[in-house]
Amino acid sequence: MIAAQNAGMTLAERYAACVRRRVAVLSALLLALGLIFLADLATGPSGLPWQTVWQGVLDPQHLDVGTRVILWDVRLPYAVMAVLVGAALGLAGAQMQTVLNNPLASPFTLGLSAAATVGASLALITGFSAWGLGQSIALPLCAFGGAAVGALLIHLLALRWGASVNSVVLFGIALMFSFEALLWLLQYVADNALQQIVFWSMGSLGRSTWPRIGVLAVVVLVCALWTQSQAWAMTALRSGEDHARSCGVAVERLRLVSLIRVCLLSGTALAFVGTIGFVGLVGPHMARLALGEDHRFFLPASALAGALMLSCASILSKVLVPGVVLPIGIVTALVGVPVFMLLVVRHQKGLRE
Amino acid sequence: MNAQQCCFTAAARSPAAPATEVPAGLVLRGLGVSYGSKAVVRDIDLAPLPTGCVVAMVGANGAGKSSTLRALAGLNPMSGQALLDGDDLAALDPATRARRVAYMPQSLPQASSLTVYESVLSAVRTACPQLGTAVVHQRIETVLGDLGLRDLAMRPLLALSGGQRQMAGLAQLLVREPRLLLLDEPTSALDLRWQLCLMEALRRHVAGRQALCLMAVHDLNLAARFCSDMLVMAQGRLIARGAPGRILTPDLLRRAYGIAARVETCSLGTPLVIAERAFDPE
Repeated sequence: MIAAQNAGMTLAERYAACVRRRVAVLSALLLALGLIFLADLATGPSGLPWQTVWQGVLDPQHLDVGTRVILWDVRLPYAVMAVLVGAALGLAGAQMQTVLNNPLASPFTLGLSAAATVGASLALITGFSAWGLGQSIALPLCAFGGAAVGALLIHLLALRWGASVNSVVLFGIALMFSFEALLWLLQYVADNALQQIVFWSMGSLGRSTWPRIGVLAVVVLVCALWTQSQAWAMTALRSGEDHARSCGVAVERLRLVSLIRVCLLSGTALAFVGTIGFVGLVGPHMARLALGEDHRFFLPASALAGALMLSCASILSKVLVPGVVLPIGIVTALVGVPVFMLLVVRHQKGLRE
Repeated sequence: MNAQQCCFTAAARSPAAPATEVPAGLVLRGLGVSYGSKAVVRDIDLAPLPTGCVVAMVGANGAGKSSTLRALAGLNPMSGQALLDGDDLAALDPATRARRVAYMPQSLPQASSLTVYESVLSAVRTACPQLGTAVVHQRIETVLGDLGLRDLAMRPLLALSGGQRQMAGLAQLLVREPRLLLLDEPTSALDLRWQLCLMEALRRHVAGRQALCLMAVHDLNLAARFCSDMLVMAQGRLIARGAPGRILTPDLLRRAYGIAARVETCSLGTPLVIAERAFDPE
């Protein structure tokens, strides 16, 4: 029946139908994110009713001071930050998996998060304030710097031995341990900033403020548009490196530029909320399953999937232990590890088939 | 269409043209490829390749076939000159080169979750960004039809067999409609049926567009059957060139492969190479 229908259609028409389906899935993801975002707003230890939340968001003037503080200074920044951080990590993981041609690549698994934490910790210990611009700029700047050192090492390795080889992942793991050791060293040496450094190793939305949200929003928007402009080149790269080169893609440059964006995205996100693992790894895989790998759809879908995951994690962090908001990094790790194992098993199965 | 006719007439006229005029087609002058200080290809001179037919490039492993193809495709640096319709390939910027020269790597296209249609679309979008949407989809329709991939068009590459995946790779190449096609052992991973399908499709395309095509291949009998012109390489040098029936001799095979072989004529009229014994390496 379907074959008979297809026979009458040109391939271009069938492809157009496929594109419409992808746009529909993307819209559904966006809608789901909107709903989860509202649910995230409506959950919390203080138990505000739905109606109050809804009215308070639309019309903050008529709220009593207590509710307004809960809503506008706690819940909204948390929820918006969860969406932005998730989007940043999803987008970073997606392009990393493509340019390194490795399904296990993500800012967390290849040690960039650990490197960024070292950078941000150094900023705290030395009291670096980015020449008077304040912590909202200084922290992400140093986190970016730390991540960039890690990314540069990975780039050099990929340049020397090719990207897809497993040694990149092994090297990334070695990188992660080295930077974690550095971090322990910093924690051991610095007593005054110790508490803040420990905060990063868990990952928490607890320090979300509007200026920080502003900085991250700009970074995510700029990087998303920038990545999207290279969507065709990345799609061509999925068929193989030499094929892409022959199509006129400057593969080395694309890889370097993408890694810079990954550092920007994961460094900024990490500076504000700490290490959050697995979102950058699992988000792109969910997007790939739902939409395939045409990067015009895959990239935004990865960002949306990441945002969706972290918003769900944010809700879980508030309801798992009644009355307590758990650090969100703990939740993503607890949920992320089983999903990660599932991916590895699927990958192994895929190789055998 | 006009451009194609242009190339056609230029190519047809070239043998009669005066010697000072740059000949159409592919001309190599002293081409060399080195990795570091190690020269793997040396002093290759080549009169213009014939248009409209697949030219085979044969030789032992490590003879420099792949290196030559990669250098022409712009993936490796080269010394000497490679002129395509009078333009030095080394001087072309990557975008222009991608429009005129297409290369198919030895490995199969990666088993991604891209559909065949998407993978072909991404190839033409990156290599020929100047084309309009209608032309692009028309080209894909034609190529996938020609290669018998219509029914597989919306299937992801990872769900295809090796042979089907290689045909998708060929579609990614042909859809760009390049002047020069470079293929590195396109049949080595394929069973007999897919070898036949791929060679037939390639030959049709190259003849139909009067394109230039250079194909590295190990199977001498396949090459002898589908190619009227053959280049034989050994130790980085071109040691013979001509019609397979003329140049394939036991002596050449000894020099190129280090084997004792018989060359007979099969009932199709093409030469048939039977390898008998390997000589010990000197």
